[in-house]
Amino acid sequence: MVKLAEWRGKALFRKYGIPVPEGQVVRSADEAERAAASGSVPLPCVVKAQVLAGGRGKGGAVRFANSPAEAREATAAILGLDFKGEKVREVLLEGKVAVGRELYLSVTLDRGLRAPVLIASAQGGVEVESVADAAIDRQGVDPFPGITGYETRRVAKVLQLSGNLAQELAALVRDLWALFQGEDAELVEINPLAVVGEHLVALDAKVILEDDAGFRHPEYAEIQDDRTPLEEIAREKDIAFVQLDGNIGVIANGAGLTMATLDVLMELGGKPGVFLDLGGTDDPKKVTEAFLLMAEAHPKAVFLNIFGGVTRCDTVATGLVAAMQQVPAANRFPLVARIRGNNEQEGIAILRAAGVTSVSDLRASAQAVVAAAGVSP
Amino acid sequence: MSVLVDRDTRVVVQGITGHQGTVHAAQMKAFGTQVVAGVTPGKAGSVVEGVPVFDAVRDAVERTGANASCIFVPAPFAKDALLESVDAGIRLSVIVTEHIPFHDMLVMYRYARANGARIVGPNCPGIASPGISKVGIIPNVVFRPGRVGVISRSGTLTYEIVNGIKEHGLGQSTCIGLGGDPVVGTSFVDALPLFEADPETDLMVLVGEIGGTAEEEAAEYIRHHFTKPVVAYIAGRSAPPGKRMGHAGAIIARGRGTAATKVEALEAAGARVARFPYEVPQMVAEIVAARAHG
Repeated sequence: MVKLAEWRGKALFRKYGIPVPEGQVVRSADEAERAAASGSVPLPCVVKAQVLAGGRGKGGAVRFANSPAEAREATAAILGLDFKGEKVREVLLEGKVAVGRELYLSVTLDRGLRAPVLIASAQGGVEVESVADAAIDRQGVDPFPGITGYETRRVAKVLQLSGNLAQELAALVRDLWALFQGEDAELVEINPLAVVGEHLVALDAKVILEDDAGFRHPEYAEIQDDRTPLEEIAREKDIAFVQLDGNIGVIANGAGLTMATLDVLMELGGKPGVFLDLGGTDDPKKVTEAFLLMAEAHPKAVFLNIFGGVTRCDTVATGLVAAMQQVPAANRFPLVARIRGNNEQEGIAILRAAGVTSVSDLRASAQAVVAAAGVSP
Repeated sequence: MSVLVDRDTRVVVQGITGHQGTVHAAQMKAFGTQVVAGVTPGKAGSVVEGVPVFDAVRDAVERTGANASCIFVPAPFAKDALLESVDAGIRLSVIVTEHIPFHDMLVMYRYARANGARIVGPNCPGIASPGISKVGIIPNVVFRPGRVGVISRSGTLTYEIVNGIKEHGLGQSTCIGLGGDPVVGTSFVDALPLFEADPETDLMVLVGEIGGTAEEEAAEYIRHHFTKPVVAYIAGRSAPPGKRMGHAGAIIARGRGTAATKVEALEAAGARVARFPYEVPQMVAEIVAARAHG
C-alpha cells in the first residue's frame, strides 16, 4: 500500500474537484516565509508537519502563524522533528478557515461485502475509531452504477446537511468516488470535512493507493513510503521482505507457509528478524537472489522452508549452495534448510554434501535454527 | 461426486503459451484433467502440450465444448480474460494470476455473479479432486483419493497440509485454494455448503490466515449449518499488527481479523483448531480413527 502525505492527498482532491483550503507545501523555513509573504498562502495560516502518523495536533506538529515571520518560525520549529519515528521533511501551509461543524466521510473496501463501502458520520474531527458504531453510517456501493442519487441524499441526511450544503455534498461524494476508482485507492478519507459558512471544505486528506495497480500509475514510483532500504530492493525484485526485531532470518515460499514458519519459531522461543517470502515461485534464481538479500540483513541464523511444487528440490538446493558461496566469509551464518516436494531426497543430499543442516520435520528443523541463533556470537 | 469439478469438466487454459500456462497445462493433463483448449490472442492454430490454441474463448468453447477456464493471464489483462470467459458461457473460472488490482476484481466478481458464473481466486492454487480432475496449480504429488475436504486461503501451506494428510495414509475428496487476496470470488462460506452436500466428504480441513473476517464468518456458518467434523489452522499468530505479510489481505485492522478472534470463533463453533500446521493431519487421523471405532 502506498500511503500519501496530506499534501499529496490534497493535490488529488484538487484534481477531482474536492474543495481544500488554499495552501502550499514547503521544505524550508525560507520557502515558508516567501509563500506567506507572496500571498500564495493566505494569512493567518496553519502550519502542518507532513507525516503519516496521526495525532499531529496534540503532538506539537501543527502550529499557527499570523505573519510571514511567524510562518518562518513555525516551519523552522517543525522541520526536522522526529514525529513517532518519522522525520519531518515537508510542511504544509494553509489559510485558516472559520470552521463550523466537523464531519467524517470516506470510501474504502469492505472485504466481507466484496464491495466498496461509503462511510459517513456527523461526528468528524476526532479519530473515527472512537466514534460509537451507531453514529457511523456505512453503505456498500456497487461498482456498476457507482454512487447513485439516493445514496448521496442518504449521506446528506446522516450528516444533517440541507439546501446548498446538501447539493455540495452530493457533488463531493461523487468526486470522492471518482478519485477512489480513478486513482485505484484502498482508502480515501476526509476527516474533518468542515462546514465553512455555506460551503464544505476538506481540512485533512488521507489517501492510500494500491500497490498492485502500479502498472497503470507510473506516478506511484516516486512516492516515498516507510520501507527500509533493503525492503525497497526486495520490492524491485518482487520478493516480499519485512524486517522485524529478532535475529533469525526466514526464507519461505508463499505467505501462508511463511507465516506458519514464523509461528513455529516464535513458539519455540526464536525471534524472527527478517522474513522473506519468495511468493508462488520456487525458481532457483529467485532463491539465490533472496539468499544474498538475506545475507545483507546480517541474521544470526537462517531458516529456509520451501515446498517445491513443480520446480524440483534438487534444482533449488543447487541454487542455494551456489548462493552460499557468494556470501563473503565475514557475513556467513548457520543455515537450516527444509525443502519438501518433488525430488526431495536428491535435494537433501546436495544440501548435506555442502554442510547444510537439512531436516524434513518442521518442528525439528525450527528447533535446530533456534539453537543455532542462540549460540552464534 | 466431487466439489465444483467432475469427470465432465473440460478446461480451457487462458494464457496457455506463457511459461506458467504451459507447465500447468501439462501438469493438469498428468493429473487426469481434460484440458481441451488453450487461448492466447494471436496464437490460434498452434498446439501446446498437445492442446489446440485459439484466439478467443468463444472459439474454444464452440470447437471443444470447454466448460471451465484456468486463467494465467498477467495481471493487467486478467480482468479482460475473465470477462471474456464469462461472456463465452464459462461458468467456472479459476484465476491463478496474482497482483490483480482489487478494483478490477470488484468488477470481475460482480460481473461473474450477475451472469451466474463462479470465480475461484484470484492469486489461488485452484481446485483438485484426486482421481477426477484438477483446475489450477496444486502439485500432483501431494494428493491421494480419500474423504477429507480441504478449503484454504494459502498456497504452499495448503500443499504442506494436504501432503501431511497423504503421509498419514489418508486422502482428499476435493481441495479448494481460495486465494489470499482481499477480494476473492469464492470464500469459505461459499465453499462450505458444497462440501456439506458432498457425500464423498466425511470431514473438513480449513486453513485460514490473519486479516479480514472470512474465518469468523465461516465459524458462524459451521455453527448453524455444517454437520461434519472440522479441523482448522490459522497462520499468522505471531504477525506484528499492521505489517504486511505478503498477501494484501493479511493485514490486521481494528482488533478484528486477528488469529485470536478467528481461533476463538472456530473453537466456539465446535472445530478443532491446530496450533501448528503439522498438527492438522494428526487431528484428522484421530477423528478418522474415532469414527472407525464409533
